Order: sequence, then C-alpha cells, then structure tokens
Amino acid sequence: MSIPSVSFTLVGLIALQLAIAPLARAAESLDTIIIDAGYDKQTSIAIVPFSQGPEFDGLQPLSEIVEFDLARSGQFAPTARDNMLSFPSKREDVFFRDWRVLGVEYLVIGRTGIDAAGKLRVDYHLFDVLNEREMLVDTVSTSRSKWRDAAHHVADKVFESVTGVQGAFSTRILYVLAQNVSTPSEQFSLQIADSDGQRSETLFTSREPMLSASWAPDGKSVVYVSFETGKQSIVLQNLETGSRQLITNFSGINGSPMLSPDGRRLAMVLSKDGNPEIYVMDLADRSLRRVTRHHAIDTEPSWTEDGRHLIFTSDRGGRPQIYKVELASNFVERLTFEGSYNASATLLPDGEHLVYVHRRNGVDHVAWQDLARDDVRVLTQTSLDESPSVAPNGTMLIYATQVEGRGILAVVSIDGRVKYRLPSSAGDVREPAWSPFIETL
Amino acid sequence: MMSPLKISNMQNIFVLLLALVLAGCASTAQDPVDDEVVEPPAEVVDTAPEPVPPPQEFEAFDPDLNPYVPGTNQLLPRTFYFEFDRAVVGPDDLASLEMHATVLRNNRDRSLVIEGHCDERGTREYNLALGERRADAIRSYLTSAGVSPRQIETVSYGEERPEDPGHGEASWARNRRAVMIYR
Repeated sequence: MSIPSVSFTLVGLIALQLAIAPLARAAESLDTIIIDAGYDKQTSIAIVPFSQGPEFDGLQPLSEIVEFDLARSGQFAPTARDNMLSFPSKREDVFFRDWRVLGVEYLVIGRTGIDAAGKLRVDYHLFDVLNEREMLVDTVSTSRSKWRDAAHHVADKVFESVTGVQGAFSTRILYVLAQNVSTPSEQFSLQIADSDGQRSETLFTSREPMLSASWAPDGKSVVYVSFETGKQSIVLQNLETGSRQLITNFSGINGSPMLSPDGRRLAMVLSKDGNPEIYVMDLADRSLRRVTRHHAIDTEPSWTEDGRHLIFTSDRGGRPQIYKVELASNFVERLTFEGSYNASATLLPDGEHLVYVHRRNGVDHVAWQDLARDDVRVLTQTSLDESPSVAPNGTMLIYATQVEGRGILAVVSIDGRVKYRLPSSAGDVREPAWSPFIETL
Repeated sequence: MMSPLKISNMQNIFVLLLALVLAGCASTAQDPVDDEVVEPPAEVVDTAPEPVPPPQEFEAFDPDLNPYVPGTNQLLPRTFYFEFDRAVVGPDDLASLEMHATVLRNNRDRSLVIEGHCDERGTREYNLALGERRADAIRSYLTSAGVSPRQIETVSYGEERPEDPGHGEASWARNRRAVMIYR
C-alpha cells in the first residue's frame, strides 16, 4: 500500500501553494426569493409586528423575517398586517376573538429589548387561537450581527411547534457564483448564505472553475472541487478560520467529495488509475481505499446515514443509473430502472427515499423515488435541473436550474407542491448544498 | 444535424485533405508525367531542374507553439467535436489527428494538454467523467499512432468551460469538444 504515503506527501507539498482564503467577506446576496407555489390548504398564522425600540434601527423588523420564512415553507399563509385588529406584544393584551374572526389558527406575538448584558433580547409567544392555548414561550439573546439568526430561530421554533417537524430556516446554503462566463474576465466564487439567500459571504474566489461543494456533518467546514492548480483538486476549507487544505491533486479527475456522517472519511472520485472510480479516504491518516472496480464511469458518491453504504452513479449498464455499494463487502445493487439517465442521487434523511437527476423526454428534472415500492415522481418542471441537495429536516430540496438562460437556484418541497426560486443579479448561481442543522446563535 | 460550425470544420479538413493530396501528387505524379515525355527537348535539359522548396522554409510550429500541417504554413485544427453523450472520435477528424501524431513523433520534445469538454446537459460530475473520456479518446488515437504517452496530458473541464455560453443545440454542439493545447 504505497498510495497513502504518496498522497500524504503530495498533500504536504502542495498545501503550501494553496491560496489562503481571507475570512469570509460580504458579497452580493441572492435576490429576494420568488415564491411560485404552495399548498392549497395552508395554515393561517398571524405574526404581529414585534415592538422594536430605536436601538434596533437599521435592522430589518424581526417579525418580517419570521413571516417570510414561514411563507416560503408553503405550509403557512401569514395574515396581512392591514387586516389585524390589534397589535398585542404581551400575553395579557391578546384577545382571541380578534383573531378568530379573521380565521387565524395560530398567533405569534413578541417584543424586543436590551438585556442586562447589553445583548439584544427577543421574547415571543405562540398561541393556538381555536383552543386559546399558549403553545410556546421563549427568549432569545443575541448580538446585532446575529439578528437574522434570531429571527430564523423564532421561525424554526414556531414551525416545529405547529407541524411537529424541526424547522430548517436557521440553516445555510453553499453555492457557486459564476460571473462573466466564457469571457476573459470569467470568475468563480464559492458563496455561503442564509437559507433564504440573504447575508451571503464569499469563501473563495478563483479564475478557475469550482464545483461539487458539500458540508461536513458538523457544519464547520466544507469540501469542494477546485481547478485552481490548473487541474482538479479536492479542497477542505474551515469556515471559522478560512484555512484551506488540499486533500487530493492526483492526475485526472478529483471529484465529488462527500464527507461521511461521522466526518472521519471522505468519499470521492479519482481517475488516477485510468478510469473514474469511487474511493474512500480515511482523513486521520489520508489512506485511500478503492471502492469500485469497473471500466464504466463511477461517480457522485453519497453516504447512507449509517456510513456503511455509498449511493453512486454508474453507466456500467450502458447508461447512467443509480447504484448502492456496501463498503464492507463491495456488494453492488442497482436502485433505478426507469429512464435512460439517472444521476447525482442522495438519500432523504429517512433513508427510504431517493432524490436524483432524472432525464425525461430529453429534459433533466429532479425526481423522487420510494425505494421500497420503486415509485418514481418528477418533482420539477424546469429544465437542466441538477445538484439536488436536501434540507436536514427532509422537507425541501434545493437544486440548480436555468430560467431564461440564466443559472439560478430553486427549492421544491419533497412532495413537489411548494416551489420557490433564488435568482442572483450578480451572475449564474449553481451547485447548491444545504447545510446540516447548525448552531447559529 | 450538421451545425454551421461542423460544416466549417469539415471545410477545414477538406482543405487539409486537398493539401495532403496535392503534397502527395508533388512527389509521385512526376514519374508518370516524365514517362510520357519520350524525348525531352534539349532546352529543357539545359535549364536547371526546378528547385524543390527547401524543407526548412516551413516551420513545424507557429510562434504560439501550434503545429502546422506538415510541409505547409497552415495550422492544424486543434478542436475536435463529439456527438451528444458520446466520446468517439469522428471519422472526419482522423486525418488531422494523424497529422498531429506525425508532428509529435517528429518533435519528441514537444508536449500537449488535451482538454475534454461537454455541453451543459447532465450532471456536472458525470460530465467531468465524460469530458475525460473525450480527452482520452484523442490521447488513445495519438499514442496508438506512435506518440509517447509522456508527451500527452489530459484534463477534463466537464461542462465548466463552455466555448459558447448559449443554451441551444448549436451552442451545445460547439461545447462538446476536445481541445489540444501545445506547449
């Protein structure tokens, strides 16, 4: 086994040449979300504007952020402020009949202030209007720079109290912004933003392409493919320090890096032995283990939740289809049979459903499949859809698509009913990756 | 099915083939012509034989290191196009690939990078693999024609570096390509 030591030396040598990324800096955010579709029957919720003193000037009203989070989930229909009969901010000011007459099912009220430690403080309540019951009372203390995090936190708590599903508004998304494509000033940058596309920051900028970004399971680092050395390499970047580590720079493909659920292993595609094959690297000693051994293209590995299998794309059957390999035995099983092009698959958190790129009538869409029943449903009606990445609560997925010749990000619920778009005025956006649940406050 | 670009590419190859045929005629056609001349007139013998252009008049490479069609000052095509989802070298490209092989065999100190590219359909990682197959197809042709593997490197850009940023069939046809970068 000489490969591990070779790769280790290689990593040591080339790491020095890697550009250090400056700490993330502000960049153009994605444009405001455009909501295209929600559920027919939505839960009616009123989010009363929180009382906000002059010390909060310059900050977006917190209730607005909460309201928009809940609206884009497609499950809630927030009550327009103009229709509200009263604006309570304390429990004793709530008169349920004011809300019942409007058909409001749930009510959120709150107030903001400065606590003893000088931090911004938010107190809020959630009520079940029909049963006249307080469901949730909570306090958040935060700094001015984390104001949006506080708002997403409130939205997460309200969402979970009403639906029973953990909210994912506090998560973040990674994506690649490509500017001036096919011109001499072409530029690529890896961006990170709130799940609503706001507050984006640049993690790394290059004249060379970047792709296949994904998250470490702890949300503290990201891994991606960069061409900055003139050929492909896999880079691991720490989000707190900005430090970048070159993981592989073999000849040929260095692609599809995906960290295992325990964060200790990195699945990837290498063609150093002449053909794209799937490998797993043990990050502790950088040793490589080859998983597939086939003259076909094997690519796009993703992990099962137990870390014992990989889902991957292979054209070993003549056309790209989705397969699953058990790492202990290298036993390979085919998972998709419908259509001539299925690729870039990822399991939902329940482990029983798969989402992937599915070509139908020559057009690439995102599809969902029930593994037990082989039931396949196309979730998206756009074209050139790719890179589906699932929110950690399994309710939505983000993917890249094109609208009017422009690369944009789009989100669809796992049942295909809720849809919204995140375009960017700054350029083409692509390669989205939804973070795991992370601590933001 | 032929895009305008494909046609112009074929025109290039036609010109090249014509150049090759003419080059062939220059060396072999003289014999039959000479045979037909039973008694060459005296004055023809007196004049000096028509000077053959000295071979050094034609460089193998232009100042940017790009190779010429051997024996001419016309550049060899360095971009080769592929069918959708395929990585098979087209029959129309074999003549110019053969000339690249000749140039590389005659200049063992020269090397090149072959870039493989795809159109935007399909996933990015799958296209990295497909682009590599395209670059490998060109490399295989060259090495089987006697070029040393040490002279060739390949890199796949998948769909990341389109030649044409458009989104229709014509753009896609231009983007499914392998490009030779001499150095």
